[in-house]
Amino acid sequence: MTTEAMVEATGLVKRYGKVTALDGLDLVVPKGTVLGLLGPNGAGKTTAVSILSTLLEPDAGSARVAGCDLLTEPARVRKNIGLSGQYAAVDEHLTGYENLDMIGRLYRLGGARSKARAKELLQVFDLEEAGQRPVKTYSGGMRRRLDLACALVARPPVLLLDEPTTGLDPRSRQGLWEVIQYLVEQGRTLLLTTQYMEEADRLADDIVVIDRGRAIARGEPDQLKAQVGGERVEISTATDAGLGRAREVMERIAVGGLQVYERTRTLVAPITGGAAVLTEALKALQEAQVTVTDAGLRRPTLNDVFLTLTGRAAEPGEEEEEEREEQAPEDGEPEEERE
Amino acid sequence: MKEFLWALSDGAVIAKRNVIKIRRVPEVLVFVLLSPVMFVLLFAFVFGSAIEVPGGSYREFLIAGIFAQTAVFGATFTGASLAEDLQKGIIDRFRSLPMSRSAVLVGRTVSDVVYNVLSLLVMMITGLIIGWRIRGSLLDALAGFGLLLLFAYAFSWVMAWVGMIVPSPEVLNSASFMVILPVTFIANTFVPSENLPAPLRVFAEWNPISAVTQAVRNLFGNIPAGVPPPDTWPLRNAVLYTMIWVVIIIIVFGPLSIDRYRKVGRRS
Repeated sequence: MTTEAMVEATGLVKRYGKVTALDGLDLVVPKGTVLGLLGPNGAGKTTAVSILSTLLEPDAGSARVAGCDLLTEPARVRKNIGLSGQYAAVDEHLTGYENLDMIGRLYRLGGARSKARAKELLQVFDLEEAGQRPVKTYSGGMRRRLDLACALVARPPVLLLDEPTTGLDPRSRQGLWEVIQYLVEQGRTLLLTTQYMEEADRLADDIVVIDRGRAIARGEPDQLKAQVGGERVEISTATDAGLGRAREVMERIAVGGLQVYERTRTLVAPITGGAAVLTEALKALQEAQVTVTDAGLRRPTLNDVFLTLTGRAAEPGEEEEEEREEQAPEDGEPEEERE
Repeated sequence: MKEFLWALSDGAVIAKRNVIKIRRVPEVLVFVLLSPVMFVLLFAFVFGSAIEVPGGSYREFLIAGIFAQTAVFGATFTGASLAEDLQKGIIDRFRSLPMSRSAVLVGRTVSDVVYNVLSLLVMMITGLIIGWRIRGSLLDALAGFGLLLLFAYAFSWVMAWVGMIVPSPEVLNSASFMVILPVTFIANTFVPSENLPAPLRVFAEWNPISAVTQAVRNLFGNIPAGVPPPDTWPLRNAVLYTMIWVVIIIIVFGPLSIDRYRKVGRRS
């Protein structure tokens, strides 16, 4: 476990007026691994990425990226990173090819290498056909792929990806995951921010859960899942009385506290053991004469993680970075008030 | 020196991108070119019939003023484009790249010269159609053309700085209109400044836009015979005074803009 750290940040603090976006965040990303920075809107994820990519100066703290000090050698840091942001910062009037070629030249690869690299990346990212069209004709998923390709032009050892799949439809997200996994296999060091537990689980070697600018949990996905419970059983009942009885039953089966939503007569119980436990639960509910209208097994969402770790829902903070509200809610995330 | 060469080569990449955008978004070009034409026609025909200049034609007198005004207004485009790039996060991408820290601004201001050349040409053609003529030597006329471009270039650095301070391109457009319009009017652009009330006259006489107008009017040979030679230093040495302003603007706003670029973050 003594591999070289490619990203090492200590005590990062950033304030915007009275709002503290980062409140002493520590991060370590060993070489060739993926760190998932998991948190809701406004938790400070974008601020952290902005600082590590030299776009913002921290008010306190220090960091080294690819062995270069962020504050004293920002120019060397920039040579070693590729940044892909939440908002797909590609020029929509240029074609995909022109965007990549421009980035290559700005990384100072020279004309010939920039052109070759642009063609190569269009192929890798399945954008060959679209490569000669202006980006404004692209779908959301295509833009994200192009944005990611831009970050890879100079083959930087460290990649910083800020919410690469936020707002994408499930299919595009799947496609982007495959690309990211391909990068991981190539041994790149990756820092990835996300609001999706599933995404962090799938892509990251280590996860840091961040809330209000602070790390509230960290560990490997399995450790984190063990901490918050691996799966969730969601039960809806026909009557209020049924909900009460279901609650008693599920409290015996669950490995952690229940979430109960009285308005929809739904409860969510963290379990371990998968489908077998769901079957057991349904049987127990039947014995308790609870009429179940809906039952299902799902993976924990960010909201579940937050409820377990902080006792409150993952609400957007008031951080002054403009994280849009229009993102698709996570699958099956209960949005009603909690008891 | 090496840093300076990189700034030029990176700046060329950015300029190329901006020029591609001129072709891809021709609507912008149409508006950039149509508004000066409209100004020429509006002033020539609306004011041209009401305003008289002693011993000459108002239309000829007017053209240099409109050229100067358009050159200044053209700089708004520089600021608005930067504000837009900032808003869309493209500046963030550039700032994360190991490129020169002045290249985005160098590329922007240089590529905007293309707009200025085109709008000057269009205005000249319009001017020729309505009876304006160059009455001096061709060399002088080219010098006048060059002086306008140079002043426009310098002024685009002012707007580059403004473009990175305002919260959005829309704010830039309305704010610059409120500042540029009076500044270009309290000058000798559209009426001889001698007739203005005292405080305005002093402002007009030292206004660099008056100097540009005076210099260009002179170089085009468009000073009406009946107008007495100016008695203030800036207008008697209009070319020199303009050049002093060009240098001062670039020395002040060049570093100011680059410094701003280093620190600027994306805004919604």
